[in-house]
Amino acid sequence: MTTTLPSVDQVWGWLAEVPDPEIPVISVTDLGIVREVFFEGDTLVVAVTPTYSGCPAMAVIDIDIQSHLATKGLHSVRLDRRLSPPWTTDWITEEAREKLRDYGIAPPIDGTAGTDVMAARAARMSGTSNLVVSCPRCGSAATEKVSQFGSTPCKAAYRCTDCLEPFDYFKCI
Amino acid sequence: MSSPSDMNTGDVVELAAKEAAQQDVPDHHVTDVALKPAFFDWLCRMGDTTLILGHRTSEWCGHGPALEEDIAQANIALDLIGHTQMWLGLAAEVEDEGRTADTLAYLRDAMKFRNLLLVELPKGDMAVTIMRQFLFDAWHHDYLGKLTGSSSPRVAEIAAKALKEVTYHLERSSDLVVRLGDGTDASRRRMQDALELLWPYTGEMFVSDEVDRAIAEAGIAPLVEDLHADWTETVTEILKEATLELPSGTAYAQKGGRTGRHTEHLGFVLAEMQFLQRAYPGASW
Ligand SMILES: [Zn+2]
Repeated sequence: MTTTLPSVDQVWGWLAEVPDPEIPVISVTDLGIVREVFFEGDTLVVAVTPTYSGCPAMAVIDIDIQSHLATKGLHSVRLDRRLSPPWTTDWITEEAREKLRDYGIAPPIDGTAGTDVMAARAARMSGTSNLVVSCPRCGSAATEKVSQFGSTPCKAAYRCTDCLEPFDYFKCI
Repeated sequence: MSSPSDMNTGDVVELAAKEAAQQDVPDHHVTDVALKPAFFDWLCRMGDTTLILGHRTSEWCGHGPALEEDIAQANIALDLIGHTQMWLGLAAEVEDEGRTADTLAYLRDAMKFRNLLLVELPKGDMAVTIMRQFLFDAWHHDYLGKLTGSSSPRVAEIAAKALKEVTYHLERSSDLVVRLGDGTDASRRRMQDALELLWPYTGEMFVSDEVDRAIAEAGIAPLVEDLHADWTETVTEILKEATLELPSGTAYAQKGGRTGRHTEHLGFVLAEMQFLQRAYPGASW
Protein backbone atom coordinates (compact mmCIF):
# COMPACT_ATOMS: atom_id res chain seq x y z
CA MET A 1 0.00 0.00 0.00
CA THR A 2 1.32 3.39 -0.87
CA THR A 3 0.33 6.64 0.71
CA THR A 4 1.33 10.06 -0.43
CA LEU A 5 2.88 11.98 2.41
CA PRO A 6 2.35 15.73 2.55
CA SER A 7 5.39 17.94 2.14
CA VAL A 8 7.14 19.28 5.22
CA ASP A 9 6.18 22.82 4.09
CA GLN A 10 2.56 21.76 4.03
CA VAL A 11 2.90 20.45 7.61
CA TRP A 12 4.44 23.76 8.76
CA GLY A 13 1.38 25.47 7.26
CA TRP A 14 -0.94 23.23 9.26
CA LEU A 15 1.06 23.80 12.44
CA ALA A 16 0.64 27.56 11.92
CA GLU A 17 -3.10 26.95 12.43
CA VAL A 18 -2.64 25.50 15.93
CA PRO A 19 -3.30 28.26 18.47
CA ASP A 20 -1.47 28.64 21.77
CA PRO A 21 -3.99 27.45 24.39
CA GLU A 22 -3.37 30.40 26.71
CA ILE A 23 -2.94 33.17 24.13
CA PRO A 24 -5.18 31.97 21.26
CA VAL A 25 -4.36 34.94 18.97
CA ILE A 26 -0.92 33.48 18.29
CA SER A 27 0.00 30.05 16.97
CA VAL A 28 2.58 27.56 18.13
CA THR A 29 4.78 28.51 15.15
CA ASP A 30 4.40 32.24 15.96
CA LEU A 31 5.75 31.44 19.42
CA GLY A 32 8.76 29.69 17.92
CA ILE A 33 8.34 26.52 19.96
CA VAL A 34 8.19 24.16 16.95
CA ARG A 35 11.88 23.56 16.29
CA GLU A 36 11.89 20.92 13.56
CA VAL A 37 9.52 18.91 11.38
CA PHE A 38 10.60 15.83 9.43
CA PHE A 39 9.47 12.39 8.34
CA GLU A 40 11.03 9.22 9.70
CA GLY A 41 9.64 6.71 7.23
CA ASP A 42 5.87 7.24 7.38
CA THR A 43 6.03 8.81 10.82
CA LEU A 44 5.97 12.56 11.13
CA VAL A 45 8.26 13.87 13.87
CA VAL A 46 7.55 17.29 15.35
CA ALA A 47 10.20 18.61 17.74
CA VAL A 48 8.74 21.02 20.28
CA THR A 49 10.63 22.99 22.91
CA PRO A 50 8.90 24.06 26.15
CA THR A 51 8.49 27.77 26.87
CA TYR A 52 8.93 27.31 30.64
CA SER A 53 9.98 23.96 32.07
CA GLY A 54 6.90 23.75 34.28
CA CYS A 55 4.45 25.27 31.80
CA PRO A 56 1.17 23.37 32.20
CA ALA A 57 0.15 24.37 28.67
CA MET A 58 2.77 22.07 27.12
CA ALA A 59 0.67 18.91 27.54
CA VAL A 60 -2.30 20.70 25.98
CA ILE A 61 -0.12 21.93 23.09
CA ASP A 62 1.04 18.36 22.42
CA ILE A 63 -2.57 17.16 22.26
CA ASP A 64 -3.63 20.11 20.10
CA ILE A 65 -0.85 19.45 17.59
CA GLN A 66 -1.66 15.73 17.40
CA SER A 67 -5.40 16.37 17.06
CA HIS A 68 -5.01 19.05 14.40
CA LEU A 69 -2.63 16.94 12.30
CA ALA A 70 -5.05 14.01 12.64
CA THR A 71 -7.77 16.12 11.01
CA LYS A 72 -5.37 16.50 8.07
CA GLY A 73 -5.05 12.73 7.83
CA LEU A 74 -1.71 12.46 9.63
CA HIS A 75 -2.12 9.78 12.28
CA SER A 76 1.42 8.57 12.67
CA VAL A 77 2.91 11.53 14.50
CA ARG A 78 5.60 11.55 17.16
CA LEU A 79 6.34 14.58 19.33
CA ASP A 80 9.90 15.02 20.53
CA ARG A 81 10.69 17.22 23.49
CA ARG A 82 13.74 19.31 22.67
CA LEU A 83 15.42 21.25 25.47
CA SER A 84 18.43 22.58 23.67
CA PRO A 85 18.88 25.32 22.66
CA PRO A 86 16.45 26.58 25.30
CA TRP A 87 13.51 28.61 24.08
CA THR A 88 13.93 32.37 23.99
CA THR A 89 11.34 35.09 23.48
CA ASP A 90 13.64 36.33 20.67
CA TRP A 91 12.06 33.54 18.58
CA ILE A 92 8.60 35.10 18.75
CA THR A 93 7.87 36.39 15.24
CA GLU A 94 7.35 40.08 14.40
CA GLU A 95 3.71 39.49 13.38
CA ALA A 96 3.09 37.69 16.66
CA ARG A 97 4.44 40.67 18.61
CA GLU A 98 1.85 42.89 16.89
CA LYS A 99 -0.89 40.35 17.63
CA LEU A 100 0.15 40.23 21.28
CA ARG A 101 -0.03 44.02 21.55
CA ASP A 102 -3.49 44.09 19.93
CA TYR A 103 -4.56 41.42 22.40
CA GLY A 104 -3.48 43.64 25.33
CA ILE A 105 -0.18 41.96 26.17
CA ALA A 106 3.01 44.02 25.91
CA PRO A 107 5.41 41.92 23.77
CA PRO A 108 8.94 41.14 24.96
CA ILE A 109 11.45 43.87 24.19
CA ASP A 110 13.30 42.83 21.05
CA GLY A 111 16.59 41.08 21.33
CA THR A 112 17.10 41.59 25.05
CA ALA A 113 16.72 37.95 25.98
CA GLY A 114 20.03 36.95 24.50
CA THR A 115 22.02 39.68 26.23
CA ASP A 116 23.20 40.04 29.78
CA VAL A 117 20.54 42.65 30.46
CA MET A 118 18.57 40.09 32.38
CA ALA A 119 21.46 38.71 34.42
CA ALA A 120 19.70 39.30 37.69
CA ARG A 121 22.41 40.43 40.02
CA ALA A 122 24.22 42.63 37.56
CA ALA A 123 20.94 44.16 36.46
CA ARG A 124 19.89 44.85 40.02
CA MET A 125 23.18 46.46 40.84
CA SER A 126 23.29 48.69 37.79
CA GLY A 127 19.55 49.33 37.68
CA THR A 128 19.37 48.26 34.03
CA SER A 129 16.52 45.85 34.62
CA ASN A 130 14.21 48.86 34.34
CA LEU A 131 13.52 48.41 30.65
CA VAL A 132 10.79 50.63 29.25
CA VAL A 133 7.67 48.57 28.67
CA SER A 134 5.04 50.55 26.75
CA CYS A 135 1.33 50.25 27.57
CA PRO A 136 -0.31 48.01 24.92
CA ARG A 137 -3.52 50.04 25.21
CA CYS A 138 -2.46 53.70 24.99
CA GLY A 139 1.20 53.36 24.02
CA SER A 140 2.42 55.41 26.98
CA ALA A 141 5.90 54.71 28.33
CA ALA A 142 4.76 55.73 31.81
CA THR A 143 4.33 52.24 33.18
CA GLU A 144 5.45 50.45 36.32
CA LYS A 145 6.07 46.85 37.28
CA VAL A 146 3.59 45.45 39.80
CA SER A 147 5.09 41.98 40.02
CA GLN A 148 7.80 39.95 38.32
CA PHE A 149 5.27 37.11 37.94
CA GLY A 150 1.88 37.65 36.29
CA SER A 151 -1.03 35.43 35.30
CA THR A 152 1.33 32.78 33.89
CA PRO A 153 5.07 32.17 34.39
CA CYS A 154 5.87 33.81 31.05
CA LYS A 155 4.30 37.15 31.97
CA ALA A 156 4.93 39.94 34.46
CA ALA A 157 2.20 42.20 35.83
CA TYR A 158 2.46 45.90 34.89
CA ARG A 159 0.27 48.96 35.18
CA CYS A 160 0.03 52.09 33.07
CA THR A 161 0.15 55.31 35.07
CA ASP A 162 -1.41 57.30 32.18
CA CYS A 163 -4.52 55.29 31.29
CA LEU A 164 -4.39 53.49 34.65
CA GLU A 165 -5.02 50.08 33.12
CA PRO A 166 -3.22 46.97 34.38
CA PHE A 167 -1.65 44.77 31.70
CA ASP A 168 0.53 41.72 31.19
CA TYR A 169 4.07 41.98 29.86
CA PHE A 170 5.51 38.96 28.07
CA LYS A 171 8.88 38.97 29.77
CA CYS A 172 12.16 38.26 28.04
CA ILE A 173 13.71 34.92 28.66
CA MET B 1 -7.01 7.02 4.96
CA SER B 2 -8.97 8.45 7.86
CA SER B 3 -11.20 11.44 7.47
CA PRO B 4 -11.65 14.16 10.09
CA SER B 5 -14.81 12.52 11.35
CA ASP B 6 -12.75 9.51 12.42
CA MET B 7 -11.27 11.64 15.18
CA ASN B 8 -13.41 10.56 18.11
CA THR B 9 -13.11 10.76 21.87
CA GLY B 10 -11.17 7.51 22.02
CA ASP B 11 -8.50 8.93 19.73
CA VAL B 12 -8.16 12.04 21.84
CA VAL B 13 -7.77 10.00 25.01
CA GLU B 14 -5.13 7.89 23.30
CA LEU B 15 -3.33 10.97 22.05
CA ALA B 16 -3.37 12.48 25.50
CA ALA B 17 -1.72 9.35 26.85
CA LYS B 18 1.20 9.75 24.45
CA GLU B 19 3.61 12.09 26.09
CA ALA B 20 6.26 13.79 24.06
CA ALA B 21 9.36 11.64 24.11
CA GLN B 22 12.66 13.16 25.20
CA GLN B 23 14.83 13.63 22.18
CA ASP B 24 17.94 11.47 22.32
CA VAL B 25 20.94 13.68 22.86
CA PRO B 26 24.03 11.45 22.77
CA ASP B 27 25.58 11.34 26.24
CA HIS B 28 27.95 8.52 27.24
CA HIS B 29 27.57 9.37 30.94
CA VAL B 30 23.95 8.22 30.89
CA THR B 31 24.95 4.62 30.09
CA ASP B 32 28.22 4.53 32.06
CA VAL B 33 27.71 1.58 34.42
CA ALA B 34 30.59 2.47 36.74
CA LEU B 35 29.29 6.00 37.20
CA LYS B 36 25.65 4.98 37.59
CA PRO B 37 25.28 4.90 41.41
CA ALA B 38 26.90 8.32 41.89
CA PHE B 39 25.18 9.90 38.88
CA PHE B 40 21.77 8.62 39.99
CA ASP B 41 22.34 9.91 43.52
CA TRP B 42 23.54 13.30 42.32
CA LEU B 43 20.54 13.70 39.97
CA CYS B 44 18.24 12.85 42.88
CA ARG B 45 19.98 15.52 44.97
CA MET B 46 19.17 18.07 42.27
CA GLY B 47 15.62 16.85 41.61
CA ASP B 48 14.63 16.23 45.23
CA THR B 49 15.84 19.68 46.25
CA THR B 50 13.74 21.42 43.59
CA LEU B 51 10.80 19.09 44.31
CA ILE B 52 10.67 19.75 48.04
CA LEU B 53 11.26 23.49 47.67
CA GLY B 54 8.60 23.55 44.94
CA HIS B 55 6.18 21.84 47.32
CA ARG B 56 7.00 24.22 50.19
CA THR B 57 6.59 27.19 47.84
CA SER B 58 3.23 25.89 46.59
CA GLU B 59 1.93 25.87 50.16
CA TRP B 60 1.42 29.62 49.78
CA CYS B 61 -1.06 29.13 46.96
CA GLY B 62 -4.26 30.76 48.16
CA HIS B 63 -2.55 32.02 51.34
CA GLY B 64 -0.23 34.76 50.06
CA PRO B 65 -0.20 38.12 51.86
CA ALA B 66 -1.10 39.88 48.59
CA LEU B 67 -2.48 38.57 45.31
CA GLU B 68 0.74 39.36 43.41
CA GLU B 69 2.88 37.49 45.93
CA ASP B 70 0.49 34.56 45.92
CA ILE B 71 0.76 34.32 42.12
CA ALA B 72 4.53 34.78 42.17
CA GLN B 73 4.94 31.95 44.69
CA ALA B 74 2.76 29.64 42.59
CA ASN B 75 4.73 30.47 39.45
CA ILE B 76 8.05 29.81 41.13
CA ALA B 77 6.69 26.51 42.45
CA LEU B 78 5.70 25.61 38.89
CA ASP B 79 9.20 26.33 37.59
CA LEU B 80 10.77 24.22 40.34
CA ILE B 81 8.43 21.29 39.67
CA GLY B 82 9.34 21.63 35.98
CA HIS B 83 13.03 21.35 36.89
CA THR B 84 12.19 18.32 39.02
CA GLN B 85 10.62 16.57 36.04
CA MET B 86 13.82 17.07 34.07
CA TRP B 87 16.25 16.04 36.86
CA LEU B 88 14.28 13.05 38.13
CA GLY B 89 13.38 12.06 34.57
CA LEU B 90 17.08 11.84 33.77
CA ALA B 91 17.74 10.05 37.11
CA ALA B 92 15.19 7.38 36.16
CA GLU B 93 16.78 7.02 32.75
CA VAL B 94 20.26 6.62 34.25
CA GLU B 95 18.97 4.09 36.80
CA ASP B 96 17.27 2.16 33.98
CA GLU B 97 15.07 0.03 36.22
CA GLY B 98 11.69 1.08 34.89
CA ARG B 99 11.07 3.91 37.33
CA THR B 100 9.94 7.37 36.17
CA ALA B 101 10.14 10.91 37.53
CA ASP B 102 6.65 10.34 38.97
CA THR B 103 7.42 7.10 40.76
CA LEU B 104 10.64 8.58 42.16
CA ALA B 105 8.69 11.57 43.51
CA TYR B 106 5.65 9.73 44.82
CA LEU B 107 6.83 6.29 45.85
CA ARG B 108 10.09 6.79 47.73
CA ASP B 109 10.30 7.12 51.51
CA ALA B 110 12.04 9.92 53.37
CA MET B 111 15.37 8.13 53.79
CA LYS B 112 15.66 7.78 50.01
CA PHE B 113 15.27 11.53 49.49
CA ARG B 114 18.45 13.49 48.80
CA ASN B 115 17.33 17.11 49.14
CA LEU B 116 19.11 19.83 51.11
CA LEU B 117 17.76 20.22 54.65
CA LEU B 118 17.29 23.95 53.99
CA VAL B 119 14.38 23.34 51.61
CA GLU B 120 12.41 20.93 53.80
CA LEU B 121 12.08 23.33 56.75
CA PRO B 122 8.49 24.58 57.20
CA LYS B 123 7.61 27.63 55.15
CA GLY B 124 7.24 29.76 58.30
CA ASP B 125 6.13 33.34 57.73
CA MET B 126 6.78 35.32 54.56
CA ALA B 127 10.17 36.40 55.98
CA VAL B 128 11.36 32.80 56.32
CA THR B 129 9.98 31.92 52.89
CA ILE B 130 11.65 34.87 51.14
CA MET B 131 14.94 34.58 53.01
CA ARG B 132 15.18 30.84 52.27
CA GLN B 133 14.36 31.46 48.61
CA PHE B 134 17.10 34.08 48.43
CA LEU B 135 19.79 31.99 50.16
CA PHE B 136 18.87 29.08 47.88
CA ASP B 137 18.50 31.12 44.67
CA ALA B 138 21.96 32.68 45.07
CA TRP B 139 23.44 29.15 45.25
CA HIS B 140 21.12 27.65 42.62
CA HIS B 141 21.82 30.41 40.10
CA ASP B 142 25.62 30.02 40.34
CA TYR B 143 25.49 26.24 40.34
CA LEU B 144 23.26 26.07 37.24
CA GLY B 145 25.52 28.59 35.53
CA LYS B 146 28.50 26.25 36.07
CA LEU B 147 26.45 23.20 35.04
CA THR B 148 25.75 24.69 31.60
CA GLY B 149 29.39 23.76 30.89
CA SER B 150 28.93 20.18 32.10
CA SER B 151 30.66 17.31 30.30
CA SER B 152 27.21 15.69 30.22
CA PRO B 153 25.19 17.30 27.39
CA ARG B 154 21.95 16.18 29.08
CA VAL B 155 22.87 17.90 32.34
CA ALA B 156 24.04 20.98 30.46
CA GLU B 157 20.78 21.38 28.56
CA ILE B 158 18.65 21.01 31.70
CA ALA B 159 20.83 23.59 33.45
CA ALA B 160 20.60 26.04 30.53
CA LYS B 161 16.81 25.76 30.54
CA ALA B 162 16.46 26.10 34.32
CA LEU B 163 18.99 28.94 34.57
CA LYS B 164 16.77 31.30 32.58
CA GLU B 165 13.93 30.81 35.03
CA VAL B 166 16.08 30.90 38.15
CA THR B 167 17.52 34.25 37.04
CA TYR B 168 14.04 35.69 37.60
CA HIS B 169 13.74 33.87 40.93
CA LEU B 170 16.96 35.45 42.17
CA GLU B 171 15.98 38.87 40.92
CA ARG B 172 12.68 38.71 42.81
CA SER B 173 14.03 37.20 46.04
CA SER B 174 16.98 39.58 46.32
CA ASP B 175 14.65 42.51 45.62
CA LEU B 176 12.30 41.42 48.39
CA VAL B 177 15.11 40.79 50.88
CA VAL B 178 16.19 44.41 50.41
CA ARG B 179 12.65 45.80 50.60
CA LEU B 180 11.68 43.81 53.69
CA GLY B 181 15.06 44.09 55.43
CA ASP B 182 15.31 47.82 54.83
CA GLY B 183 11.60 48.19 55.57
CA THR B 184 9.66 48.71 58.77
CA ASP B 185 10.92 47.76 62.24
CA ALA B 186 8.68 44.70 62.20
CA SER B 187 9.72 43.51 58.74
CA ARG B 188 13.40 44.06 59.52
CA ARG B 189 13.15 42.13 62.79
CA ARG B 190 11.37 39.24 61.06
CA MET B 191 13.94 39.11 58.27
CA GLN B 192 16.82 39.12 60.75
CA ASP B 193 15.13 36.31 62.74
CA ALA B 194 14.60 34.34 59.55
CA LEU B 195 18.26 34.76 58.63
CA GLU B 196 19.42 33.52 62.06
CA LEU B 197 17.06 30.54 61.81
CA LEU B 198 18.17 29.49 58.33
CA TRP B 199 21.87 30.30 58.45
CA PRO B 200 22.99 27.00 60.07
CA TYR B 201 21.36 25.15 57.16
CA THR B 202 23.30 26.96 54.44
CA GLY B 203 26.61 25.18 55.13
CA GLU B 204 25.31 21.96 53.60
CA MET B 205 25.21 23.59 50.17
CA PHE B 206 29.02 23.70 50.11
CA VAL B 207 30.13 20.34 51.49
CA SER B 208 31.19 17.67 48.99
CA ASP B 209 31.25 13.95 49.66
CA GLU B 210 32.35 10.94 47.58
CA VAL B 211 29.31 11.24 45.29
CA ASP B 212 30.17 14.85 44.46
CA ARG B 213 33.81 13.95 43.94
CA ALA B 214 32.93 11.16 41.49
CA ILE B 215 30.66 13.54 39.60
CA ALA B 216 33.34 16.25 39.58
CA GLU B 217 35.95 13.79 38.34
CA ALA B 218 33.68 12.91 35.42
CA GLY B 219 33.46 16.63 34.64
CA ILE B 220 29.69 16.66 35.18
CA ALA B 221 29.59 19.26 37.96
CA PRO B 222 32.06 21.43 39.89
CA LEU B 223 32.74 20.70 43.55
CA VAL B 224 30.22 22.66 45.60
CA GLU B 225 33.02 24.12 47.74
CA ASP B 226 33.97 26.13 44.65
CA LEU B 227 30.64 27.96 44.80
CA HIS B 228 31.16 29.31 48.30
CA ALA B 229 33.17 32.44 47.59
CA ASP B 230 30.78 33.84 44.97
CA TRP B 231 27.74 32.94 47.05
CA THR B 232 29.18 34.67 50.11
CA GLU B 233 29.88 37.77 48.04
CA THR B 234 26.33 37.92 46.64
CA VAL B 235 24.72 37.27 50.01
CA THR B 236 26.93 39.77 51.84
CA GLU B 237 26.19 42.45 49.26
CA ILE B 238 22.41 41.99 49.34
CA LEU B 239 22.19 41.65 53.13
CA LYS B 240 24.21 44.83 53.52
CA GLU B 241 21.83 46.67 51.21
CA ALA B 242 18.98 45.19 53.24
CA THR B 243 20.59 46.56 56.46
CA LEU B 244 20.64 43.02 57.87
CA GLU B 245 23.48 41.57 59.89
CA LEU B 246 25.35 38.54 58.66
CA PRO B 247 25.23 35.87 61.41
CA SER B 248 28.63 34.87 62.75
CA GLY B 249 29.98 31.81 60.99
CA THR B 250 30.42 29.82 64.20
CA ALA B 251 26.97 28.20 64.23
CA TYR B 252 27.09 24.41 63.84
CA ALA B 253 26.34 23.56 60.22
CA GLN B 254 23.37 21.21 59.93
CA LYS B 255 23.80 18.59 57.25
CA GLY B 256 22.60 15.15 56.20
CA GLY B 257 19.77 15.75 53.74
CA ARG B 258 21.93 14.90 50.74
CA THR B 259 22.68 11.47 52.19
CA GLY B 260 19.13 10.73 53.37
CA ARG B 261 19.30 11.92 57.01
CA HIS B 262 16.47 14.39 57.33
CA THR B 263 14.70 16.57 59.85
CA GLU B 264 11.32 15.43 61.14
CA HIS B 265 9.68 17.90 58.75
CA LEU B 266 10.27 15.92 55.55
CA GLY B 267 7.93 13.09 56.58
CA PHE B 268 5.04 15.54 56.87
CA VAL B 269 5.76 16.97 53.43
CA LEU B 270 5.80 13.49 51.91
CA ALA B 271 2.64 12.44 53.75
CA GLU B 272 0.77 15.25 52.06
CA MET B 273 2.50 15.01 48.68
CA GLN B 274 2.42 11.22 48.33
CA PHE B 275 -0.92 10.34 49.92
CA LEU B 276 -2.96 10.14 46.75
CA GLN B 277 -0.53 7.91 44.83
CA ARG B 278 -0.03 5.68 47.86
CA ALA B 279 -3.76 5.29 48.55
CA TYR B 280 -4.84 5.05 44.91
CA PRO B 281 -1.84 3.70 42.97
CA GLY B 282 -1.69 4.98 39.40
CA ALA B 283 -4.52 7.46 39.91
CA SER B 284 -4.62 10.18 37.25
CA TRP B 285 -7.07 12.84 36.12
ZN1 LIG C 1 -1.97 53.04 29.06
